[in-house]
Amino acid sequence: MSDHHHKETFVTKYIFSQDHKMIAKQYLITGIIMGCIGVFMSMLFRLQLAYPEQSFSIIEAFLGRAGEGGVMTPDMYLSLVTIHGTIMVFFVLTAALSGTFSNLLIPFQIGARDMASPFLNMLSYWLFFLASVIMIASLFIETGPANAGWTIYPPLSALPQAISGSGLGMTLWLISMAIFIASSLMGSLNYIVTVLNMRTIGMKMTRLPLTIWSFFVTAIIGVVSFPVLFAAALLLIMDRSFGTSFFLSDIYIAGEVLHYKGGSPVLFEHLFWFLGHPEVYIVILPAMGIVSEVMATNSRKPIFGYRAMIISIIAIAFLSTIVWGHHMFVTGMNPFLGSVFTFTTLLIAIPSAVKAFNWTTTIWKGNLQMNPAMLYSIGFVSTFITGGLTGLILGDSAIDINVHDTYFVVAHFHLVMGVSAIFGMFAGIYHWFPKMYGKMMNKDLGYLHFWITAIAAYGVFFPMHFVGLAGLPRRYYNNTAFPIFDDLLHINKVMTVFAIIGGLAQLIFLANFFFSIYKGKKAPKNPWHSNTLEWTTEVEHIHGNWAGELPTVYRWAYDYSKLDSNGELWGGQDYTVQTVPIREGEEEF
Amino acid sequence: MKALFYIIIFVVLIVACWQFVKLLGLTKVDNQTATEKENNINGWLLLGLMGFIYGLMIYTLFKGSVVLLPQLSASQEGEHVDILFKITMGLILVVQFVMQFILFTFSFKFRGVNNRKAFFFADSHKLETIWTVIPTLVLSGLIIYGIWTWNHVMDSSGAEDPLFIELYGKQFQWDARYAGADNQLGSANVRFIEGSNTMGVDMTDKNALDDIPLVVNEGKFVKELHIPKGRKVIFKIRSQDVLHSVYMPHFRSQMNAVPGMVTEISFTPSVTTAEMRENKDTKAKFDAINKLREEKGEEPVEFDYLILCNKICGSSHYNMQLKIVVDEEADFNKWLASQKTFAQLITK
Repeated sequence: MSDHHHKETFVTKYIFSQDHKMIAKQYLITGIIMGCIGVFMSMLFRLQLAYPEQSFSIIEAFLGRAGEGGVMTPDMYLSLVTIHGTIMVFFVLTAALSGTFSNLLIPFQIGARDMASPFLNMLSYWLFFLASVIMIASLFIETGPANAGWTIYPPLSALPQAISGSGLGMTLWLISMAIFIASSLMGSLNYIVTVLNMRTIGMKMTRLPLTIWSFFVTAIIGVVSFPVLFAAALLLIMDRSFGTSFFLSDIYIAGEVLHYKGGSPVLFEHLFWFLGHPEVYIVILPAMGIVSEVMATNSRKPIFGYRAMIISIIAIAFLSTIVWGHHMFVTGMNPFLGSVFTFTTLLIAIPSAVKAFNWTTTIWKGNLQMNPAMLYSIGFVSTFITGGLTGLILGDSAIDINVHDTYFVVAHFHLVMGVSAIFGMFAGIYHWFPKMYGKMMNKDLGYLHFWITAIAAYGVFFPMHFVGLAGLPRRYYNNTAFPIFDDLLHINKVMTVFAIIGGLAQLIFLANFFFSIYKGKKAPKNPWHSNTLEWTTEVEHIHGNWAGELPTVYRWAYDYSKLDSNGELWGGQDYTVQTVPIREGEEEF
Repeated sequence: MKALFYIIIFVVLIVACWQFVKLLGLTKVDNQTATEKENNINGWLLLGLMGFIYGLMIYTLFKGSVVLLPQLSASQEGEHVDILFKITMGLILVVQFVMQFILFTFSFKFRGVNNRKAFFFADSHKLETIWTVIPTLVLSGLIIYGIWTWNHVMDSSGAEDPLFIELYGKQFQWDARYAGADNQLGSANVRFIEGSNTMGVDMTDKNALDDIPLVVNEGKFVKELHIPKGRKVIFKIRSQDVLHSVYMPHFRSQMNAVPGMVTEISFTPSVTTAEMRENKDTKAKFDAINKLREEKGEEPVEFDYLILCNKICGSSHYNMQLKIVVDEEADFNKWLASQKTFAQLITK
């Protein structure tokens, strides 16, 4: 892109920008707004769970007729959990996490001037924006937003007679998601092509930072699996609007037999989870990449087992596409398939374990710089272990039977992909904020934000396992209908208190983020003394990233604290940027 | 308007946060990575976080366990599930304890000190092999045992004289039908639903007329699904409208109800309702519950087996239940004999 003569207007620079750095920021800001909405929804339904039938003026204020008298209706409760799930999984942890950091870091860290197709990149963001607007718009319609759960299993999601949100609300949900998938595909294709074709001289695949490896593999999984959800959504639209019977059969509802014959909801579940399971790795892999990078930099040590890390990313990606059936052990799927999926699912614990061991070895004998990004990375590993381990129960068909669809599952996936991925995202934001805005974020606020968030996250989701083991199903508006759950109310209150503390703590982050953009201290060129290429660019963004020639790369990204033959640090500093040629007597790792 | 008011409060809180730190920030020299003091404080705090996690674990394990389901499985198949569960849970707890300990003590021990060199340690085939092989071996064991248990629980083909019961889910209640004298369920489809034939049974099917629908018995408020102790019960599950899930946590059993198909789950009840009421876990749990209910001025309750709906099915998903009663086989047979078949109901 050599458009030196092209004059940037406000519109081309800030709105319809084709610059990867600006698009990254657009993704991040949109993601933060969506994240606030999603988290706020969880505060509201946590209130309902801890204090059923009690009146809260905040509920009436925000939910209007669905919260009349300060108590939300069951349909509104289901809407909140549905849209909370949709927003957090797709709009925040998929689009905002991948969209922000893939866009920001891929050109920077491989030494490219921009994405392979800046126009497609811009289109990808604006489709994401459109999808967000439609999803938010669905909150304001008469019959309420979709409320069949974020997994939108038909027939509930197909029949307006079955639940109010399956009318216009579900239509908007499906349209929004279809656009979202188009956006995601454009982004992913762009990332793949850019990484494969636009690496600078010397940037071999085996010299790529792990961030790029994880974004690259994530994009591949996205391209493989998102179209399947698109197909499922399209077929569901056909069933809903044009009378086909892909997912529906033999239904009697509201006093009449419907004409549907021969379809199967189980087919939808297969299609949904063919995306749905890889989706959790689409969420967690970029976070893993970010954490690997941040941890190595702040431990002042190379990441341990670089090649093993790449192999495990690829292994996880491959396995992630053949484990979807573990969401369906009790759906009436053939029990033999249950055995197969148990096998593949538990295998995925092996590369995950390798990664966890490698992270802990990375900090061993390091010189850990405890900035907020590093704390979030350590927090990531902790929650990933805590949440990941219970996967051994849920992935094993026989013991999944009794905890399937209970709060045990909710606790598991919130820790392992929700909290962990959010921690990875925060690590990335604190680490690359200077690169995005040329300013430093306030560190004290960062510490405060981390400590409250970490305690609150454990406080909410650790006790939740026990609620699940007590047999409480998820998506229950309240549990007062069953006396056997009476004794869970006090645990629910504890969780809600932690949730509200954790939610309010995010205000600290918001304050820090937005004020640092304007009032933060000016960032130096390489604030974390890091090796990767993005820190060789100027603090002020320019189109094309490097003013002169593109940098040439001579080494991998992790030469931290490397010693020469005399036992001294090379060049007297504990980091060696990738653009430094291999020195005499030095061996390339 | 009230919503706007709340939003303004949030914004003011954000501004307050920033102002607060600006005050603190005046006296502070900002080092870009992290100062020794910051490393030290946060290193200690990370140890504190480990303490918090351990504390939560220990507290919930000992104090929280009273809310759990009774340890005693109410079905024979469930006992196998419980063994596998306990083994897996034990493994998880050990690994969790050890891994968190390593992570946080390393973080603490190697917190940054000025002028200390980190150890350049990039790879070790030996270590990598160790922690690939060990998880592989452990997981192989879990996989093999898991699949064996799964097959054992799901396979009902070898059962001698099983009892067939149809469970029928609809928004928002459970219905049921016993297979009757021939122990064969008559065929059914929602297209046969008419008048009192609410489950859509095909009355022209020769197997149908001796089937026994579950009704509210005299002197009871709700339907009670009776099943016998010691005899295999095979549930054939149907749905009328949307997905439901038959969740019977005490029996370690669950299966979805799917419109358009018949799903199946089976188990052999091993503890009668009366016996379970005498179980010490059950007693402890219900004593605690009844104490809470007394404080709120509610009637005390006794233990009962339940079916809960465990797949989101609409507004009243949270209140779709059916009571199960496990009887000794003789009592069960007596109870079943007192129930009316379709034929008897129709002629009446």
